[in-house]
Amino acid sequence: MVTTVREVLATVTDPELPVLTLEDLGVLREVSVDGDEVTVTVTPTYSGCPAMDEIRADITAALAQHGYRATVRTVLSPAWTTDWMSEDGKRKLREFGIAPPGPVLLQIGRRVSCPQCGSADTEEMARFSSTSCKAMWRCRSCREPFERFKEH
Amino acid sequence: MTAVQTDTDTAVYALRLGDDALVLAQRLCEWAARAPQLEEDVALLNLALDLLGQARSLLTRAGELAGPDPNGTVRTEDDLAYLRDEPEFCNALLMEVQSGDFGRTMARQLLVSAWQVPLWTALAASADEGIAGVAGKAVKEAAYHLDHARSWVLRLGDGTAESHRRLQQGLDDVWPYAAELFERDALLDRLVERGVAADPALLEPQWRATVQAVLAEATLTVPETTWRPTGGRRGQHLTGFGYLLAELQHLHRSHPGATW
Ligand SMILES: [Zn+2]
Repeated sequence: MVTTVREVLATVTDPELPVLTLEDLGVLREVSVDGDEVTVTVTPTYSGCPAMDEIRADITAALAQHGYRATVRTVLSPAWTTDWMSEDGKRKLREFGIAPPGPVLLQIGRRVSCPQCGSADTEEMARFSSTSCKAMWRCRSCREPFERFKEH
Repeated sequence: MTAVQTDTDTAVYALRLGDDALVLAQRLCEWAARAPQLEEDVALLNLALDLLGQARSLLTRAGELAGPDPNGTVRTEDDLAYLRDEPEFCNALLMEVQSGDFGRTMARQLLVSAWQVPLWTALAASADEGIAGVAGKAVKEAAYHLDHARSWVLRLGDGTAESHRRLQQGLDDVWPYAAELFERDALLDRLVERGVAADPALLEPQWRATVQAVLAEATLTVPETTWRPTGGRRGQHLTGFGYLLAELQHLHRSHPGATW
C-alpha cells in the first residue's frame, strides 16, 4: 500500500517549478497509511511560499483520484533546507535553466555555473526574483540571464 | 489534531511576534509598483512575503494557545488579522512607522532585521514548540533581509550627498522607536523564566553591534535622542495605524468569507 501511495505522490509537482516532484524538492517528510486513510507530512520551503497551499491541495486531489482520503499535516521543525533537494532534482533544475543550490555550508565564494553554457563567469543581478527561493543572475560568457535557486 | 494546552501568556507573546511580522509586511507592501527600480519592487515584496508567512504561523499559534472563547470558538489567523481593532494589536511601534522614502524604509528594515536575527536565533530553542518551529525558518529569512538592508544602507549612506542626507534623515526618524524592542514587562519576566521568550537584555548588545558597524561603514551618524516612544505592546499606536488597518482589513470585513 505504501508503495502505491508513494507512486501517486511521485506525480505531484511544485506548481511554480513543475520539473520538480515533492520528493525532489525534499518537502515530503512522512507518509503513513491506514487502510484508505493517508496522512502526509510536509515541510514548507519558505514561511510565506504560496506554492505550499497549492501543494497541499494537489496532494489531496491526487490521492483522492486513487481512492485515498488524505490529510496533509505541516511540520515546521526541523526547518527545510536546500540540502534536502535530491541530486536528481538539482539535475532537472539545471536542465530547466535554473542554477541549482550548492551545499548550504559551502556557499561563501562558491562559483555559480551558467545553466546554459556551463561557464563559471557569472554574476548576481538581483538578490530576489519571481519566487522566494530564487535570485537573478547573468552569464558573462553567453550573456544570458538566468535564475539561481538560493542556498537556504 | 491534538488539542493545544491553553497558555495565555505564551498566546500573547506569539501574538506580539505575529503582529510585528504582519504589520511590517503590510507597510512593505505599500511599495508594490512604487519602488525605485523593478528589482527592488520584487525584493521588498519578497521580504513582505516571508514576514506574512511568519505572521500566519504565529497568529495561528496564538489562537490555539489562547484556547476557545466562551462560545467554544478558537480564533484563526484570519480572525486575528482581520477582525481585531487597533487597541488589540500589540506590534512594536517601529513596525508601523510610515515607510516614508526609500531611505527611511531601508533604515527601518536595518533596525528590525538586526533585531530579528538574534531574536529568532534565541527563539529556535524556545520551550514553546510552535514558536521554535517558526524561529527555525525565520532566522534564515531574517539574515537574508538583514543582508539586503545592509547593502542598501551602505550604498546610499556612502553614496551621493543627497542619498546620504536622505538615509540619515530616515534613520533619525525611525531610531527612537527601536528602544521599545528591548523593553521588558511582567509578561516577558514570566516567559523568559520559563524559557519561552527571548530575554531582550541579551538581544540588545548584538543588535547594537550589528547596527553600529553598518552605520559606521555607511558614514552615517548614530542618532542621539532621549525620546523613547512606547505603547505598541499595550495597544497604543501611532496616528497612521488606523489607515494601515483599514487597508489591511477592508476587503475581509466588507465581504466576509470572500475567496480568490
Ligand atoms: Zn552562459
